Amino acid sequence: MAEKEVTLMKGNEAIAHAAIRCGCDGYFGYPITPQSEVLETLAAEKPWETTGMVVLQAESEVASINMVYGGAGSGKKVMTSSSSPGISLMQEGISYMAGAELPALIVNVSRGGPGLGTIQPSQADYFQTVKGGGHGDYRLITLAPASVQEMADFVDLAFELAFRYRNPAMILSDGAIGQMMEKVVLPPFKPRRTEEEIARECPWATTGRIGMRKPNVITSLELRSEEMEQNNLRIQAKYRVIEEKEVRYEDYMTEDAEYLIVAFGSAARIAKKVIAIAREQGIKVGLLRPITLWPFPTKRIAELGKKVKGILSLEINAGQMVEDIRLAVECNVPVKWYGRLGGIIPEPEEVVEEIKKMTR
Amino acid sequence: MTREEIIQKENLVYKKPELLNDVPMHYCPGCSHGVVHKLVAEVVAEMGMTEKTVAISPVGCAVFAYKYIDVDWQEAAHGRAPALASAVKRLWPDRLVFTYQGDGDLACIGTAETIHALNRGENITIIFINNAIYGMTGGQMAPTTLLGMKTVTCPYGRDPKLHGYPLKMADIAAQLEGTCYVTRQSVQNVASIVKAKKALRKAFEYSMQGKGSNLVEIVSTCNTNWRMSPDKANKWMEENMVPFYPLGDLKDKGKE
Repeated sequence: MAEKEVTLMKGNEAIAHAAIRCGCDGYFGYPITPQSEVLETLAAEKPWETTGMVVLQAESEVASINMVYGGAGSGKKVMTSSSSPGISLMQEGISYMAGAELPALIVNVSRGGPGLGTIQPSQADYFQTVKGGGHGDYRLITLAPASVQEMADFVDLAFELAFRYRNPAMILSDGAIGQMMEKVVLPPFKPRRTEEEIARECPWATTGRIGMRKPNVITSLELRSEEMEQNNLRIQAKYRVIEEKEVRYEDYMTEDAEYLIVAFGSAARIAKKVIAIAREQGIKVGLLRPITLWPFPTKRIAELGKKVKGILSLEINAGQMVEDIRLAVECNVPVKWYGRLGGIIPEPEEVVEEIKKMTR
Repeated sequence: MTREEIIQKENLVYKKPELLNDVPMHYCPGCSHGVVHKLVAEVVAEMGMTEKTVAISPVGCAVFAYKYIDVDWQEAAHGRAPALASAVKRLWPDRLVFTYQGDGDLACIGTAETIHALNRGENITIIFINNAIYGMTGGQMAPTTLLGMKTVTCPYGRDPKLHGYPLKMADIAAQLEGTCYVTRQSVQNVASIVKAKKALRKAFEYSMQGKGSNLVEIVSTCNTNWRMSPDKANKWMEENMVPFYPLGDLKDKGKE
């Protein structure tokens, strides 16, 4: 077997290359720092000449997400990427896609807010991503990569989950992972689906009434309350299945841990360094890294909560995921939060101090 | 002659288009939408594109267009239909893709999507129903409401000092390099209906020939919110709307 080719690239570039390789049909996006390399890389790679993938710079993030709605509605594998303020602009479209049950990938290389905020990394879009963001009762399948490798790997996974459940999926990354360069093994090339495959796999898609089949309609509208309640209940039932089957997380040195850090993405990488320093000083710390932020690893955190003396939620925000951890452990163990704001990444040493405070 | 003798295929002079579903429309009696729906249904079938059409409906009175014309439809968020259409057409280049939008959807909340889709030269057709008012929400001022015209949000008449000026979208569209065909039509009598149908057919054909984007504006009536009888609304449209929104082709690059 041939050696896997290892290349060095930015997280944003990995997203673009992975999209081309996993048979993505279309990308629609608008420039915003710190994610512009996704569109730039796609423009430079010219996939329309190789795989036939459409790449279009839209007039806004609002247009981008609605192009994604259109493409997804026609059964194609389509995506967009942006950063926090742009993702805010997309929320209406994301809600419509959840309502119309359309599969697509949205990548958020998040930055610090609120408002125009900063172009430096942040995890402050956790609430927006997992609690709704847009209007109505809906959920967004959310993957949180902690490396450039995972940026590449999660593109295909996100599409797979999105199409399996007919639901939009998000990769919630941040400016650090988007901008940093790391070794990455890109996924193998997978051909784009043929028209026949789309007709078979997405019988609901608006591709034209081939063979004079019954017309398909993509909509989230239903004015009859009884029908709309049924639509909602059907979508909620789907969410319960996703919560049951699709939780992903990484356990790291939790076997003997007396204290637990829960952290995702960039913060989880800092947590591993924290654990190394703390263990040198005789404090047994472990990490639970949620890979899916929704569905959240509630059960695993509850189990670990019974074994440890305290939990620290390490986040690059003002304390958002900490609420879900507290709900998971139901006040059975003290749960603290530590984080930095404004685009500042916490130093491992300052986190170790927080752990020490918990041991006192 | 008995009834049965009269109802024979050879005596048929007019019938409901095959693609128009046999369901009651929610449009008010006298509204222009029903006529335009009929024309769209006829043109799609006559072009043999029933199996290859993807239509995009707006938010507004035509939100339920998908219940009436028997093709594949996507229902867009308010104003975003041209963005959906752009993506569908690029991903399915051999499909007939059109949007069907009102003035609030197209010329107000969706101005950016409209202008950019047209200017990118997307091979789509935008059908624009301009009745100078928000119909579905109950008769509020539209971007195309005429000066002096009364609506529930400009009850003393549209005043440019308070509300600015009506927007001539077709005139803007005609200036854009990406547009192939821009026309303004109406459907208040048989002659205008025949012309409007030809315009729709031309626009659809240009879009399939890859000649660029097409805008077919239909200067329309909203007798309910104009608070007029259908007949009076048609006359009011001819006397007030048409002078400000003159009918005819503004641009036809396709025949070059």
